[in-house]
Amino acid sequence: MTINGTEVSSDVEPRTLLVHFIREQASLKGTNIGCDSSSCGACTIHLNGESVKSCTVLAAQADGQEVTTIEGLADGETLHPMQEAFRECHALQCGYCTPGMVMAAISLLDEVPNPTELEVREGLEGNLCRCTGYHNIVKAVLQASGSQS
Amino acid sequence: MSILGNRVLRREDVGFLTEGACYTDDLNEPALEGALFVTYVRSIMAHAKIVVDASEAAAMPGVAGVFTAADLDGPTILQGQVPMFPEPMLNRPILATDTVRFVGECIAVILSETPETGADAAEAVSVDYEPLPVVVDMEEAATDSVVIYDEVGTNIAVDFSALGMATGITDDSFFGDCEVVVSGRVAHQRTAPAPLEPRSTAATWEGDKAIMWMSNQAPHGVKGALEPLYAEQAKGGFQIIVPDVGGGFGGKIPPYPEDALLPWLSAKAGKPVRWFETRTENLLAMGPGRAHVHRFTIGGSKDGNITHYRLEVLADSGAYTRLGAFLPMFTLIMSSGVYDIPHIETGARSVVTNTTPTEAYRGAGRPEAALTIERAVDMFAGEIGMDPADIRRKNYLKAADFPVSTAVGTEYDSGDYEKSLELALDAAGYSDLRDEQTRRRDNGEVVQLGIGIATYVEITAGPAPGGAEYGKVEITPQGKARVYSGSLSHGQSHQTTFAMIAADQLGMDIEDIELVQGDTDQVSEGVGTFGSRSTQLGGSSIHRAAGQVVESAKQIAADLLEANVDDIVLDQANGTFHVSGTPSVNKTWAEIAEEADDLSSESNEQTKCSYPFGTHIAVVEIDTETGGVTLDRMITCDDAGTIINPMIVEGQRHGGIAQGVAQALTEEVSYDADGNPQSANFADYGIISMAELPSFELVPMETPTPNNPLGCKGIGESGAIGATPAVANAVVDGLSHFGVTNIDLPVSSLRVWEAIQEQKN
Repeated sequence: MTINGTEVSSDVEPRTLLVHFIREQASLKGTNIGCDSSSCGACTIHLNGESVKSCTVLAAQADGQEVTTIEGLADGETLHPMQEAFRECHALQCGYCTPGMVMAAISLLDEVPNPTELEVREGLEGNLCRCTGYHNIVKAVLQASGSQS
Repeated sequence: MSILGNRVLRREDVGFLTEGACYTDDLNEPALEGALFVTYVRSIMAHAKIVVDASEAAAMPGVAGVFTAADLDGPTILQGQVPMFPEPMLNRPILATDTVRFVGECIAVILSETPETGADAAEAVSVDYEPLPVVVDMEEAATDSVVIYDEVGTNIAVDFSALGMATGITDDSFFGDCEVVVSGRVAHQRTAPAPLEPRSTAATWEGDKAIMWMSNQAPHGVKGALEPLYAEQAKGGFQIIVPDVGGGFGGKIPPYPEDALLPWLSAKAGKPVRWFETRTENLLAMGPGRAHVHRFTIGGSKDGNITHYRLEVLADSGAYTRLGAFLPMFTLIMSSGVYDIPHIETGARSVVTNTTPTEAYRGAGRPEAALTIERAVDMFAGEIGMDPADIRRKNYLKAADFPVSTAVGTEYDSGDYEKSLELALDAAGYSDLRDEQTRRRDNGEVVQLGIGIATYVEITAGPAPGGAEYGKVEITPQGKARVYSGSLSHGQSHQTTFAMIAADQLGMDIEDIELVQGDTDQVSEGVGTFGSRSTQLGGSSIHRAAGQVVESAKQIAADLLEANVDDIVLDQANGTFHVSGTPSVNKTWAEIAEEADDLSSESNEQTKCSYPFGTHIAVVEIDTETGGVTLDRMITCDDAGTIINPMIVEGQRHGGIAQGVAQALTEEVSYDADGNPQSANFADYGIISMAELPSFELVPMETPTPNNPLGCKGIGESGAIGATPAVANAVVDGLSHFGVTNIDLPVSSLRVWEAIQEQKN
């Protein structure tokens, strides 16, 4: 598969999850594992441009496809607008949910470019954060939507 | 102009946002090359005699070792942090010997070449369970109908009255002078800290030195607990390294048995070892918090003057006595809340049950005190028909009286509780809300409005009288600063806040300040991050140490400039030293550092604790047909003294508020009667999501504490302390016209619906 524009190839057990492939075979540790029930969204990545929880996809299912992780977002020193909004709004504390949250938020704005607060809250319900109370995450996503429109 | 008080963006963020932070399981240390993976086999029964057969697992390909308690020739016991409990309860086996006492207790451990093999091998370990009687409910445990430790003879791990830590409970004559007396029971359900990063630990040896990496809040405490277990082997030292940590919330203060065994496993295998738990393991075995049941009685006059209060605490220690069993101490000393109540009597006991041992969780004993007194005051107000804002105004400790001692002997440093109330009421539009509530009641609308007020005070950097945290500031040859702290971040933004504090003293840019944290070799002493202590203790030490470094630098500058040291000033704007009045002739930090062998200073001064406070107002809508509760608004005025970085402080408030709301509305660690966990993953545990919360309305207020040089109090836990009673009071307020006076948390639709039906029938 292609991860962040780079071809990554490896023989793995059929049961290998995409998140483990990303972390172990591709050595990209930005994508985190926070649960074992597809509840937390810490492992959210983009598969062919759409957000998926990479704990719920087998590595084999992503064979030949395009994966983008948090490491593939910034353009050199320039942060993606969503990364910049998270930074400006203090939308992260411990940082564990952050990569998945950012990837899910970008995907949400692709689908709903100018969401209301309620649409953000319902759209990102599947991504848990334990530090921020979500307040500044919602603020950041709304801010980023303004900068994208 | 000082950098303090500004919304400085975090130095942590660019790395966290582009590559992700580096958590323990992300480490790519050469020393961990070729590590074996650790998998624990856990009890599936709450109380049983066990016989373990690991032979099949040991024979599996890719399995490097399987060990049970019988195989341990190193550490076998991990004691609790507070040694005030009977030894059988205190001495937790690292691997269960012949008895398991809660679901999730470690029985055996597997070393394997891959985590997947470890999981397969764990399935192959055969455990025969001979069930023993189970006690799950703490009130039942207190009756000793089932005794977990025969050798102790009772489930009561401690009675705080017997130790003189509570006043003891007398009889009804205590309330003899009161015109109105109201009693109630407040259950504080068990909740999970649930940091998004589960526990993760790695270990190796360099010769006879043990090195551990772990996701933890207090590495020096871990070292203090584990080093003695390896006194024979670890002659070359014991180092704990904490990389980035994905949240802790109290659950990552202690070392757990799973951590304690890793150096032994590493030595046994002759290889480094790594352990990364699943979320299910995290919810089964990392210490949850709260788990109290309180009974209270409150008495006073018909016109609303509260004069008497009785609080009886029962705390659930879980199967072994860890920090949770000790936390009623905080509940007791904060029992008076924000009120001037002249007569208070208290009692507290901790009991063991066949559940996961409890630890600290955001607030740790103070949320329990606040929820009960705030419910009690509301119930008293309801009894005499007084507005909840008015009864609070009438009974607050008065701003003019600070510092002030409560009837239980706790001395609050500074505060203005009434002002926090008025600010919050204004922001909420309180009278309009009451009008809207009346309108809906008069119209008999299905969706009713509830307005809840809670004013809290809590103790931070406790226990009283205070604490210390190591801080060191050293100037590098380049004229920059390296700051060392025993306190470390697991989301609190130390890289930013501590750099601001040092920069303010040194006249440097924050980018010129490097923070060293989370390494017991590099930071010679320390305590850690919990109890809302970091800025006021760790920050104060950095502030003092930096001030001392400036004084030393002035002496060197005086020598270089051939001037009297008293005439030397530090130009804060550009970090240069000059003789007062002649700024053009100056010396930089680098020039001064060149003259000194060691330009550094440290501080570990005892600093008094502080008492943050505030008022939270919750507005809920209650569907009286379905029982559904929606939190519409959350208005909070939180006063934590002087603020270093408002952006970061607001973030701490937001996170605390969300967890406080979660306690009121969604989260509960639950068991069935046999001790089987009912909430052992995020699909079953009602962890709060963003869809269940509104944006929060924050009202600023700053009343400095005189107890430390920065004037700041702790803010990490305030939100979690104020929000729960505000939301609980709001729900009861919204149902009060039905006759409902109390409701258990978390407030489920079913509980609301049942409460309404009970009153209707």
